[in-house]
Amino acid sequence: MTAAVEITGVTKRFDDVVAVDDIDLTIADGEFFAMLGPSGCGKTTTLRMIAGLEFPTEGSLQIFGEEVGTLPPNKRPVNTVFQNYALFPHMNLLENVGFGLKMKGVAKQEATQRALAAIELVQLGGMEKRRPNQLSGGQQQRVALARALVNEPKVLLLDEPLGALDLKLRQEMQGELKSLQRDLGVSFVFVTHDQEEALTMSDRIAVMDQGKLLQVGTPEEIYERPANRFVADFIGQTNLLEGTVADAMTVVLENGTRVAAASDHAAGTKVALSLRPERAKLAPRDIAPSDGAGIDGTVAGITYLGNALVYRVALDWMEVEVRDENRPNADRLTAGDAVRVTWEPGAVAVVAE
Amino acid sequence: MAGNAQQLRGNTRWVLSLNAVLVYVFFYAPIALLILYSFSDDQLVGRWGGFTLDWYRAFGQNDEVQNALSVSLRVALISTLLSVVLGTMAALSLERFRFRGNRIFDALLYLPVIIPDVTMAVMMLIFFTSLDDIIGLQVTKGFTTITLSHVAFSISFVSIVVRARLAGMSETLEEAAQDLYASRWQAFRFVTLPLILPGIVGGALLALTLSLDDVVITQFVAGPGSTTLPVYVFGLIRRGVSPLINAVSVVMLAASVLLVVLSLVAQRARGGSVT
Amino acid sequence: MTAAATPEFEVANERNKRRRGLLMALPAYVYLILFFALPLIIVVVYSFATRNRFGGTDLSGWNLEAYAKLGEPIVRDILFRSLWLAIITTVICLLFAYPFAYFLATRSQVVRNLMLVFVMIPFWSNFLVRNYAWRVLLGNDGPVSRLTETIGLGETTILFTPTAVVLGLVYGFLPFMILPLYASIERMDWSLIEASRDLGATGLQTFRSVTFPLSLPGVIAGSILVFIPSLGAYVTPEILGGAKTTLLGSYIVTQFLTARNWPVGASVSTVLMVVMLAATLVYFRKGGRTL
Repeated sequence: MTAAVEITGVTKRFDDVVAVDDIDLTIADGEFFAMLGPSGCGKTTTLRMIAGLEFPTEGSLQIFGEEVGTLPPNKRPVNTVFQNYALFPHMNLLENVGFGLKMKGVAKQEATQRALAAIELVQLGGMEKRRPNQLSGGQQQRVALARALVNEPKVLLLDEPLGALDLKLRQEMQGELKSLQRDLGVSFVFVTHDQEEALTMSDRIAVMDQGKLLQVGTPEEIYERPANRFVADFIGQTNLLEGTVADAMTVVLENGTRVAAASDHAAGTKVALSLRPERAKLAPRDIAPSDGAGIDGTVAGITYLGNALVYRVALDWMEVEVRDENRPNADRLTAGDAVRVTWEPGAVAVVAE
Repeated sequence: MAGNAQQLRGNTRWVLSLNAVLVYVFFYAPIALLILYSFSDDQLVGRWGGFTLDWYRAFGQNDEVQNALSVSLRVALISTLLSVVLGTMAALSLERFRFRGNRIFDALLYLPVIIPDVTMAVMMLIFFTSLDDIIGLQVTKGFTTITLSHVAFSISFVSIVVRARLAGMSETLEEAAQDLYASRWQAFRFVTLPLILPGIVGGALLALTLSLDDVVITQFVAGPGSTTLPVYVFGLIRRGVSPLINAVSVVMLAASVLLVVLSLVAQRARGGSVT
Repeated sequence: MTAAATPEFEVANERNKRRRGLLMALPAYVYLILFFALPLIIVVVYSFATRNRFGGTDLSGWNLEAYAKLGEPIVRDILFRSLWLAIITTVICLLFAYPFAYFLATRSQVVRNLMLVFVMIPFWSNFLVRNYAWRVLLGNDGPVSRLTETIGLGETTILFTPTAVVLGLVYGFLPFMILPLYASIERMDWSLIEASRDLGATGLQTFRSVTFPLSLPGVIAGSILVFIPSLGAYVTPEILGGAKTTLLGSYIVTQFLTARNWPVGASVSTVLMVVMLAATLVYFRKGGRTL
């Protein structure tokens, strides 16, 4: 099967700044694909290159097997939902949604019918005559979606589409976007800086930083087996324990503790052990760790989160966070308690720079 | 927005209100009296002698005034048309493109706004005169030289107004249009143009006003037999006041107030946010 | 199938874009070079030339004679008088415009818009006519004179004096002061004033140490916008001023239309222009945005 989007060796330079640095990326047909990274990482530039709003400095960009790298945006079978929706303020909702069809030269009657159907699809039936400034943020978001989808793009591009919405509405829209994508079966390429959003919605995620593509994988792969230190740190919360690879099965931490952790880095490589707060456990010091490893420390502080408790534990050379479910009747630790931080084997990931 | 959060108190409030009233009286009393006297049946300009329309009749029958009026209107319309086209293109170019020399162009566009009328008048006079010395082109001062000079300052004003409108309009809208299969021309025709239209109309009205108002520059480049109304009236005023001038003035005033109202309406229409 | 992107394509694309931009600017560009920049250069050239016996201008033999003329008492007096009147006009405008703009900024949105419209109307009205109105009002038998006579103050004789010129200039340019002042006061963060009051400052102290400094950009912008056209004024002094109040504008015009001493007229114009450019640079440095 041909990929929906196939990016090979694409670089984009703006004067002397490398915005996107030699990336290869394949997005499958019907996939919900997220591009995730901090601002300025090159994710939006990549999206704009797929849309045709920027041309790559070099490299190949194919959509369903056809090279489009040098095509202007109006010649590409993709549509975009812009960050601030970019609805045309001088047109009503129907004219906005029908704009693409009009430009493509679809007969007026058919265009109106299709636009109305698209408006219906995003549950805004009856509002066709309204202007964008008479709609709420969430409604504008739907209009932007309908305006793109009505053209039946082969790939839908979304640039931080939920960024301007408040939390409640955002969560609602996340679900709707996801089910819409499943129903339509079209690839959605979704740019976000919100890792939680990326994890919840996507089939696969590409993590970018400073123009480089760091890792592509399913949410689980990315969370469980981060390719490097940046990914481990950027996705979810984690404790990074510095150390050195001793052999294929062992890492020596800064304080000399030997920890069982599999890695394929050469012995002597500086690495960090990524220990997720919810994977770490606190145990009394007198109980030897059954398996895995343990490091002694002292509870330095507790944060109450409602559904969970986060303990800050001071080790000899650093502090780590341990997250515990808020169970009823459980013995609560208090600041100053001597504890041992433990984890199950395989709960940690070894990451290099 | 926060303006009315501040409550003025006691004396301050009274002093400020009084000042505001004074300012408005200062603005409008002279104009009101001028309008009143233009209907006065008295040879003396500043005295009320009963109601008459004679001065307006005289205005309508005076060939010199009519001729000057027609020159004024033709100059205003042609110079506005030219400066709107040139100024809008300049605005689009500077606001949406980077090209070599755009800085210089930018500065060049601002200069006519800054330079005093008198200097500009001198410039145009020497220029048209020295065309003969430099390239042997004999220029007859009159309609053409007036129009060319008016365009030279109006372009800048039009482009400033249109640029302000363009700057408030997100470029993403044009990108969105292209993403939705519009060619560059279609994106301009269906998105950019309708959105900057209030700016273009505003700029056009500004150009009309400036052209209809100008005395100094026109005086330098006008020729015998083709002079604009303000220059003609200016000449009359220097010889002395007369009730006829009152009437002509009120007509000119009415024209400029009409233009203000139109430009305010233009700003209101589609005044919605374009960001 | 189209080609993949290459650096060459990107460069060509950028070049095309620049070319489109230049092409779009070109008509106005060419027009302004021809009918503005060129005349400007010619004026500067003329300011270094000499007047010949026939009232023509010799372009050979450049010299500073015309500029030397600026130092002569007559011209110097005119220069200082123009500066002085422009300064007085600016100060008077500021005195009335500031409280007005402040008042305006504290009104409700509806009232504010209405008040602004009524500032805009004189702003846009025919300048010549507005000066003429004062000529009628201040005339020998005019209403102002008759009013002062009736109440026993005697005839008003300010027409054709510097006072009348200043009055006309203030009348003409007051809106130029009000609008930028209003813009800067309106944009002000009013909670700062509340904070100042909350910290125990009196109304006057608050004005001096908070309000006024915050509105300073508007004060500077407005002052420059009034000062520049006042300095170069021609119509107002011609209509309301007398023979004894010749200002720069009239002097320049006389050099061209009557005395036929173009080099001197050109040099005074050049000086005026340089002053304006300097003031404008200050304006932009101080954050002024609109003209």
